[in-house]
Amino acid sequence: MSVLVYVEQVDGKFKKSVFEAVSYAKAIADQNNTTLAAISIGNVEESELKALGTYGAAKVLNVASEELKTFVNQAYAAVVAEAATKENANIVVLSNSFSGKGLAPRIAVKLKAGLIDGAIELPTTGDQFRVKKTAFSGKAFAITELSSANKVIALNPNAFGVKENPVDAVIEAFSPAVKPTDLTAIVKDIVRATNKISLPDAELVVSAGRGLKGPENWGMIEELASLLGAATACSKPVSDADWRPHSEHVGQTGIAISPNLYIAIGISGAIQHLAGVSSSKVIVVINKDPEAPFFKVADYGIVGDAFEVVPKLIEALKTHKG
Amino acid sequence: MKLLVCISNVPDTTTKITFTNDNTQFNTAGVQFIVNPYDEIALSKAIELCEGGKGTVTVLNVGEAITEPTIRKALAIGADDAVRINAAPRDAYFTAYQIAQYAKSNDFDIILCGRESIDYNGAQVAGMVAEILDIPSISIIKKLEYDGTTATIEREIEGGKEIVSVSGKFVVSCAEGVAEPKIPNMRGIMSARSKPLVVVEAQDVEEVAKVVSFETPPPRGTVKLIPAEETEKLIDLLHQEAKVI
Repeated sequence: MSVLVYVEQVDGKFKKSVFEAVSYAKAIADQNNTTLAAISIGNVEESELKALGTYGAAKVLNVASEELKTFVNQAYAAVVAEAATKENANIVVLSNSFSGKGLAPRIAVKLKAGLIDGAIELPTTGDQFRVKKTAFSGKAFAITELSSANKVIALNPNAFGVKENPVDAVIEAFSPAVKPTDLTAIVKDIVRATNKISLPDAELVVSAGRGLKGPENWGMIEELASLLGAATACSKPVSDADWRPHSEHVGQTGIAISPNLYIAIGISGAIQHLAGVSSSKVIVVINKDPEAPFFKVADYGIVGDAFEVVPKLIEALKTHKG
Repeated sequence: MKLLVCISNVPDTTTKITFTNDNTQFNTAGVQFIVNPYDEIALSKAIELCEGGKGTVTVLNVGEAITEPTIRKALAIGADDAVRINAAPRDAYFTAYQIAQYAKSNDFDIILCGRESIDYNGAQVAGMVAEILDIPSISIIKKLEYDGTTATIEREIEGGKEIVSVSGKFVVSCAEGVAEPKIPNMRGIMSARSKPLVVVEAQDVEEVAKVVSFETPPPRGTVKLIPAEETEKLIDLLHQEAKVI
């Protein structure tokens, strides 16, 4: 019995959400008095793999195969499942990222495991294995119990935090057998938006809505986000009107986020929007309508016109940063 | 071309979420149920792919008789026929297993799902169906083009997108952008009544996961209002009090 964590790489690097998944998996291993191993797929430098030891991964299985350089759901699931069998791991942890959401269910079927996605807390200890997860797009939480011998948990970004637990990670080359039929889907191209902070795992998010009146007014939102080192987001009507891409839409039918700071500008706060952002730690609302429902869930609020408030905020931030 | 679209019956997005029986059951009193919004996108895309007689769209729901109005809505939007697998959907594996068994015996080319359901936010069924059928799956897709044998798919990744090519049978889970949700017209609503809706009995599967109770988030504190003319104070508060910048 042990714990295995899948560490997703992006261009050969690990993001904070991966270190968070490793920290979480280490805590589960400690709960069960067992060991933690990690499985990395793709071409990741040894120094980067060693960094996983900082968060408690004592062993890192490294798959450095050319045909697995890019993410293929079917093949990656086979590799992770094989690694779990090899390590005698009965709990597999991964990030509930875009790729993780596609991968976790396949791993679960391969291992005949129950799966909890969107986990936000450690499992309970004792006879029942229960994990709290988000449900109803953040309007509630569901305590989910797994009765299977093997278990898969996909951890929500920003839910657990990064916890150092240094060990010297042993890197071990791992060459699983991959069926050609597992490589039918082929990644032809990867397009990354440069200088953009990824929204799902951003710690700070600046979001704007219809109150901005048109796409031409987003310059000040981007400037504010850039000064804060924040990701940009928007409400549904904004993405529906094509002012901003769908990938920026946060809310019940968009991306659910839980950053440390969420600044909502010119967004009234419809129930569907609040559902996707209400687990943000601190919420700031800027809206000229004092009756906007968003103020009811905000920590800080400014009743005012975005076109006057945001430029002042930008100036204040510049002064603050010196 | 035969397309299968998996649809989930979920509470309307405006629903206030409450629970009964000591927080162990979702309170359905007064709640209107709808086609899961992401599944509606998947359905709209399937209809688009079959336009001009290029194929047929079957919608499938794992649910008890109570979900039939939702299935009829999908038929009104434009699906050709429907299947209801007669069981309360217990956990994602149970649902995926039923879908996969039906798909096995009915030879579908593409299976389309929504990226997740808006009730349990499970993004599990699509990947599980694909794994049971041992075919490729591409999750959280934003675009899908299909020439009858090969699909070119845009998939969302953190901070960008991936272009994936796949041929043969496959499963996708659809996000916003894949297609504009279609609104049923009067002709669609009328014809939905007479379209075939087959009921199939569920097969037994071992239970692996269950929700034992629910919680609602703790209420947030009251808002601290900062006068618009003192905007700069917000930066100090975020820095010194909230410690988030």
